[in-house]
Amino acid sequence: MDLVRYTLRRVFLSVFVVVGVTFLVFVVAQVVPSDPAALYAGPRPTAEQIAKARVTLDLDAPLPQRFVRFATAMGTGDFGVSYKSRRLISQDLRVYLPATLELASFSTFLALLLGIPAGVIAAARRGSWLDRLGSLGSILSVAMPTFFFAMLLQLVFSQWLGILPLAGRLSQQMSISDPLPFLTGFNLIDAVTAGRPAVFLDALAHLILPALTLAAYPAGIAMRLTRAAMIEILAGRHIVAARALGLSAPRILFGHALPNAVGPALTVIGLSFAYALTGAVLVEIIFAWPGLGRYVSEAILSKDFPVIAAATLVVTLCYVMMNLVIDLTQTLVDPRVALT
Amino acid sequence: MTHLDIQGLSVTIPSPAGPVQAVRSIDLCIAKGEIHGLIGESGCGKTMIGMALLGLTPAGAQVAARVFKFDRIDLATSAAALRGKRIALISQDPAAALNPVLTIGRQMDDVLLTHSQQRKKDRTAAAAALLAATGLPDAAKLMKRYPHQLSGGMQQRVVIAQALATGADFLIADEPTTALDVTVGAQVLALLRKLVADRGLTVLMITHDMDVVAAVCDRATVLYAGLSVETGPASAILTRPRHPYTSALLAALPDAAPHGQKLAAIEGQIPPSTETISGCAFELRCPVATAVCHGAPPPARGSDDHHWLCHLAEGAP
Repeated sequence: MDLVRYTLRRVFLSVFVVVGVTFLVFVVAQVVPSDPAALYAGPRPTAEQIAKARVTLDLDAPLPQRFVRFATAMGTGDFGVSYKSRRLISQDLRVYLPATLELASFSTFLALLLGIPAGVIAAARRGSWLDRLGSLGSILSVAMPTFFFAMLLQLVFSQWLGILPLAGRLSQQMSISDPLPFLTGFNLIDAVTAGRPAVFLDALAHLILPALTLAAYPAGIAMRLTRAAMIEILAGRHIVAARALGLSAPRILFGHALPNAVGPALTVIGLSFAYALTGAVLVEIIFAWPGLGRYVSEAILSKDFPVIAAATLVVTLCYVMMNLVIDLTQTLVDPRVALT
Repeated sequence: MTHLDIQGLSVTIPSPAGPVQAVRSIDLCIAKGEIHGLIGESGCGKTMIGMALLGLTPAGAQVAARVFKFDRIDLATSAAALRGKRIALISQDPAAALNPVLTIGRQMDDVLLTHSQQRKKDRTAAAAALLAATGLPDAAKLMKRYPHQLSGGMQQRVVIAQALATGADFLIADEPTTALDVTVGAQVLALLRKLVADRGLTVLMITHDMDVVAAVCDRATVLYAGLSVETGPASAILTRPRHPYTSALLAALPDAAPHGQKLAAIEGQIPPSTETISGCAFELRCPVATAVCHGAPPPARGSDDHHWLCHLAEGAP
């Protein structure tokens, strides 16, 4: 079948991307002007300690041999230990990655949910006050600095209205007195499998503000792209034909025109998902969200190379997978996109 | 019995260069069960008449008529209510008329869903029956496919099946064969003819092609510059045209010219639709025009069955 063959080929090609990224990460680590052994040996190391670290880290082996060892370790998910904290990186990622993925997925979902219908309505009521309001909203959501929007949301929904929590992933009494069993690391999913609706609602409430902040930019872009595509499609002859067949306006708008228009919005959403994985540092800091962005930015500041390498690789994998999902969705939405 | 009765229909569209008279004054009477040809060059207002019947004229357009009735219902007020219920459109280019990203089944189902309260299973069966009625076998397989996977002839049959699915008894066929090969076009015309006989439909056949008129039309109306200049039985229009424009149009057919001779093109242009016409619209291009043709609009001549607008009693050369 076409779909299976297409997916397999894309996965096969993705392997090259991942290997390429692994190679780049390794090369960059060699040229960075810092001595891993000195970092590994701890604060104010003696020459002896550094020499010992060189042996432990096997830094004197020939480069190709070290690359093979590095790539094998990465491939098997053995990311080693952090130079800084000496904790296993795979264990850290196990906690931080789901937190970020949960946030990124939910914000992507929100961006689609807000941006696409807004674009459809703006196109259908082109030139009306609704359209102008939508345009203003999309410009604001794209132009407003993330940190400012985040604080604005916190001010309104947390301080003034008091209906949503200020920060964190779970309320303290929930996470400390009766912690959720760790299964997937996605609080929403873990709460469902544990059968605890109160925790689920609490996790959802904590998710809304950071997700909304992250969704603002892609939602604004998706709205503009959907609006432009819809205006073009609504002038098409198959829309006139559908009207002549007596179909209702909402059915024509959402059932007939929209499937023709979601392509560009989907592509942008794919890109913004990748951005949300590590670029969301500010959002994670403001909302005290224990995610990958914060973890990696701390690692970068302390030149904690194994952490950077592991995170780069994991993000690459997520990105490659997300793109595959988007491309497959495109072919489902528009059958003319050839599976080649 | 007159099914569609239109007298003095005009459609005026505002534009930066002043109002455009897309349709100036059209009389159109169509009896039930008739296939009525609407003949004209491009830009003479053919398609706009169809749009006016469907209530789909562009925003801001002014539609006016002395009489504008379908089955004794006033179209001026209820065109939108009849659209897709009693009156349906078969449009020019089936590839453009079908939604490229929806399956045939879904597009059929949407029409049936709009016009009936049947359940999904019954609608699927109805869709299959309609597709079969338009000469498309193996409906179950076809309904899973997308428009671009179908040939032009199959696409046009799907469009016809959609029009039938509305339950409409009056079809506006806007150049249904123009985008098709000649042989496929002939099959589609034969299908329309059969559907009209089987289901008691009435068809307004918009066309620029005299062969289409000869093949399927009972009666025909010739348009020129947004005016209906001659109406009569199709055979009379084709063989004994009385309006000079109709005879010039027939003479311009490639078949009419002797082999090796230049084609008899009609010199000049249709008067621009932004201009008001005081005399005969065809005067400037007419080979037999005289001084009388200038100034006043031409009178109607002939009988109820076959009539035309001309100043000259003897009519076409």
